[in-house]
This record gives sequence, structure tokens and C-alpha cells, in this order.
Amino acid sequence: MFKRILLSWTPRYTLLALVGLFTTFPFLWTLSTALGDSGNIYAFPPQLLPSDPTLAHLDEARRAIPLDRFFWNSVWIAGWTVIGTLLISSLAGYALAVMKFRGSKWVFLAVLTTLILPSELNFIVNFITVTQMKLTNTHAGVVLPLLANAFGIFLLKQAFEEIPAEILDAARIDGASEWQLFLRVALPLATPSLAALGIFTLVATWNAYIWPAVVLQSPDEFPLAVGVLYLSGTFAAKTRVVAAGTVLTILPVLLLFLLAQRYFMRGLDGAVK
Amino acid sequence: MAAVQLRNIRKAYTRDHYVIPGLDLDIEPGEFMVFVGPSGCGKSTLLRMIAGLEDITEGDLHIAGTLANDVHASRRGIAMVFQSYALYPHMSVYDNMAFALKLAKTSPEEIDTRVMRAAQILQITHLLQRKPKALSGGQRQRVAIGRAIVREPKVFLFDEPLSNLDAALRLQMRVELAKLHQELGTTMIYVTHDQVEAMTLGDRIAVFNAGRIEQIGTPLALYHAPRNLFVAGFLGSPRMNLLPCTLDQSSPQGARVNLVGHHVATRRDAAGQAPGAALTLGIRPEHLSVVAGPQPGAIAARVDLVEHLGDVLLGYVEIDGIDQIVTVKLQHELPLGATVYLLCDANACHLFDADGHALPLLES
Ligand SMILES: Nc1ncnc2c1ncn2[C@@H]1O[C@H](COP(=O)(O)OP(=O)(O)OP(=O)(O)O)[C@@H](O)[C@H]1O
Ligand SMILES: [Mg+2]
Repeated sequence: MFKRILLSWTPRYTLLALVGLFTTFPFLWTLSTALGDSGNIYAFPPQLLPSDPTLAHLDEARRAIPLDRFFWNSVWIAGWTVIGTLLISSLAGYALAVMKFRGSKWVFLAVLTTLILPSELNFIVNFITVTQMKLTNTHAGVVLPLLANAFGIFLLKQAFEEIPAEILDAARIDGASEWQLFLRVALPLATPSLAALGIFTLVATWNAYIWPAVVLQSPDEFPLAVGVLYLSGTFAAKTRVVAAGTVLTILPVLLLFLLAQRYFMRGLDGAVK
Repeated sequence: MAAVQLRNIRKAYTRDHYVIPGLDLDIEPGEFMVFVGPSGCGKSTLLRMIAGLEDITEGDLHIAGTLANDVHASRRGIAMVFQSYALYPHMSVYDNMAFALKLAKTSPEEIDTRVMRAAQILQITHLLQRKPKALSGGQRQRVAIGRAIVREPKVFLFDEPLSNLDAALRLQMRVELAKLHQELGTTMIYVTHDQVEAMTLGDRIAVFNAGRIEQIGTPLALYHAPRNLFVAGFLGSPRMNLLPCTLDQSSPQGARVNLVGHHVATRRDAAGQAPGAALTLGIRPEHLSVVAGPQPGAIAARVDLVEHLGDVLLGYVEIDGIDQIVTVKLQHELPLGATVYLLCDANACHLFDADGHALPLLES
């Protein structure tokens, strides 16, 4: 009996472990580089267990750059991006899903089309816009162009469409205005999707490098992801210190992701079923 | 208590197709009005128009004497109970029932009294703190009804409220709805597919077909005096037997028809029909009786199947020359394949002309 279970489960778990290793490999490599202190960094296959583990590089990275400042810049940028994205996506998604208006199909199609375009394509246009609005080198310049996000609108439109029409009808009879319908019935019922979109946006903005690096020039305004790469300028050769900085960058959002994972999964469940 | 009046109400979803092509209906204050009809005939559409969830394309809707066409659903003084219950999943039972009152800025004490009273009537006081997903179907339906009661509406609208419940629960809720109507005395409009619900709950029944009302009247009037073939075939379970025949002879005592060679006497007035005209003979299973041997007027038939429904025994028999099964309510068991003789109760025979209209019953 036990043997049978073992036999049928072993291949499955071996496969899962392999896939898991494959996807976490870059992260483990970075971690091992940051914590290790001897051996060739570029050895192949790389060492996944650090030799002579030490926290010295983490400490060095912390002292070399204003981590605190970068961290709060990250929090500020990611925070506003998340709030703004949730706000705009839910409003637009609700309008497209529930308040049928003439041409809503075309609007939705137009929104979806932007999903197909590579985001790098937007950088040029967005940068020109931000420059014209005199928002370069400000956090607003980083945040504003990211708020209207096609994926978010799509996700929440799906979520609102899954709310049975009779529930909204019941609320209308109960006397809910369209705003109350949105705030007190539709939004609470879309929380799993909101949570998923929130975490997704948070991770994406926290780790974003190119766009903030394009908009921001003064290091005082840098978020972690940009600021840490700054290390490679100061310590051109100290790859281990750069790796340590990277680990420090990912850590907060990784923790948050682990804590909120449950909601994240549940939200996507409903969205793609 | 409020009257509901529909004046030439029409509804079109697309430009040229009217789902409801023009309908007049008067519902008395305090009346329990039941809508029945085949699927897709526009019952829900009409109910939703009365509720204010669907635009009225043309015509006037009066609730309690005021024109309600352009009044918002929440201000029509109606409450609606949906087939799917439509409870708010994220709110407790208490909050589900209190929602409308909170939106109307009712004082918390008043909300509490009303919710508690409704909960008591429906015996759901112990469920008030639960979320809908932790309730059984029957309990959910009670909450949905409770949500309607707390608003103290002038008119209750029900769209097949019991059809998701199992038979036992449906019976129990049916009885409770009847009691509720007695207690509250509020006007109720009730859509159902269930014959028994329609017959037992309704003060009057409106039979719908393709957006029109075929007949409206008390349950017994509709049962005993259907105005046309549609109503005759729709109401009653088991269905009325509807058999093609021709007019044999019209007399002051009633028309006699020819049913595949058998003469059947009725008390219907066929004066307007020519001899030999094609008619339909309608007779309910309980108005056919089985006699042992051949006798004048009795029709020979062969027993196909006998069904025991507990209190009722149904026989399905075949008559030579008629290619449909005739249903008979039996007094006692019959062997399969046996030949029996059927007698029609002349007083209970219906006749319908070629257009499906019922021929009038002769005064006796
Ligand atoms: N939103 C809509 N758009 C277009 N047609 C509709 C819409 N809603 C209903 N209809 C049509 O109107 C007709 C009546 O529908 P309705 O739901 O009122 O039927 P019903 O009598 O309630 O049927 P059932 O007994 O199955 O509930 C149907 O032919 C349906 O297809
Ligand atoms: Mg319906």
C-alpha cells in the first residue's frame, strides 16, 4: 500500500521539484552569490549552496547606498501605483461589465489591444508626455503613466461580470444608487480579484527597472530596483555586493507575496475559470 | 394594500419583435395573483417591468393609483423575491435584511425591530449572524422573503421562488407563503411553473402564452371552464385528454360528437357549427369512468400502463383509431392489455371549435 503510493507519487514530485528548481534557479544563484565568500562566481554549474557563508556583503551593500531612502521611494511609488491601478481598473471594469453603454464593446476591444503592444513601445510616448508635463525626475512621472492598465481593467471586468445580475437587481430594488451598488455590493464581491491585481501590480512596480530609470535622474528619487544597480557603478567589480543589494530589494515584496499568496491564487481562480 | 393596473403594456427588446404585444390586467388590492405559462412566454419580463428593472416600451403601469412607469424600482413600493434568492454573499443574514432600510437611512432601532419581527415570522432568528453560504436552500429562501418583508412593500413580486427547493420543502414553504399572505394581506404577484402552487396559492390565475393572457380567473373557474384549448391543456395535472372528433348532431340538450365511430354526448352548445365540423373533445382523466362490459355509449380501449401515485391510480389506455394515449383516473387496478370500456361524463365534456375556442356549456 505504502509502496504503491510512493511509486505513484515519486515521479510527480520529482517533476514538480525540477520545475520548482528551474524557476527559482536565478534567485537561488543570486542568494548564494550574495551570501558566499569564496569560489568563482561564474563557475558553471554554479554553486547553489554558498561556500563560507557570510553576511558581510549584505552589510557592505547597506552601507554603500542609502537603502532606507531607496526603500521609502519604492514604497511610495509602488503604493500609489497599486492604489491608482485598483481605482481605475475597478471603475473602468465596472462600467464595461455592468453599465452597458453604446460602444462599450469597442472601448473594451481598444483596451485589450493595448495588451498586445509591448510595453517598451509606450516608453517613448510616455516619456515625451511626462517631459511635456514637466514631471521628469518626479515620482508622479513614474506613477501616472502606469495607472490605466489594460490587464487590470480586463481582470476586474471579468470579476464584475461574474456577479449574478439578480444580486445587482435586488440591490437596485433595495434602493442602492449606482454608486452604492458599486461600493457596497460589486466591490466587496470582487475582493479576490482586487487582491490579486493589487499584489500583481505591487510586485511588478517594485521590481520595475527601465521605466523609473528613464524618468528619474537624481539618485535621491531612485526606488530600490534602480538604486541597487547603482552599486554596480560604485563597486564595479564587487558582484557579490550587487547580488546582496538585489536580495535586499526582493526580500520585502517576497515576504508580502508569501503572506498574501492565498488571496492572489483565489483571485486568479475566479478570473480565468 | 395596493392595486396594480396594467394598461396596454408592451415590451420589445429588439426594434420590431414584441415579447409582450399589448397587455391589460387589473390586480385588486390584497389579491394573490399567479402568473403561469410555458417557458419564454414573458412572465418574468412582465414581473421585472412591474418591479422597475426593465423599461416599459409602451403603455401605463399604475401601482396604488399612481403612474409608475418612470418611478425608480426602489420607490415603487415593491419587493421582489428571485428564483436564485439573490442574497448578498458578503453580508450576514441580518445585514441582508437590513440593507434596504440602511440605504433608506432608517434609524437603527427601527431597523432592529423590523428585522427581528421578520426573522420571527420566518423562524430564522438563530441564523441572523450567518453568511448566506452557510445556509441551506430553504433557509436562503426564507432570508430572501425576509428581506422583502422588512421593507413593508405595497406589492410583493415572486419569480418562481420555490423552484430550487426539493418537494417536501416546497410544500412547507407553500403553506407558509399562504399564511404570510393571510397575515400581511399584501398584494402579491407570483410566477410559477408548478400547477399545485398555482391552484392552491392563487386568488386568481393568469395563464400566459406568447406574451398574451389567454385567460384569467379563479383557479377553479380556469380548471372547470377553460376558455380555449391552450388553457385546457395547460392547467391540470395529469393533463386533460384532448381528442379530435367531428360534430354529429346539435340539439337543445347538447351537441353529440363522433369520436372515431363512437357517439359521445355532451352538454355543449354547438349551434354555430355545421354538422361534420372538426372539433376537439376535452375530458379530464377524472371524468372518464371505466365500466366492465360493453354498453351504449361506452368506448372500448386497451390498457397500456397503470401508474400508482399513492393516492391516485392512473391508467393509460389506447382507443382504436386515435393515435394518442388517453389518461384515466382509475378506482382499482387493471391488468395490462385488458380491454375496458370508457364512459364520458356528459356534464364534464368540453368541446373546442377549429380555432380552439371553447363551446359554451348549456344551461340546464
Ligand atoms: N434581455 C433580453 N434581451 C432580449 N430578449 C429577452 C431578454 N430577456 C428576455 N428576453 C426574451 O423575452 C421572452 C420572455 O422571456 P421571459 O424571461 O420573460 O420568459 P418567462 O416566461 O419568464 O420564461 P421562464 O418560465 O422560462 O422563466 C423570451 O423569448 C426571451 O428570450
Ligand atoms: Mg422566468
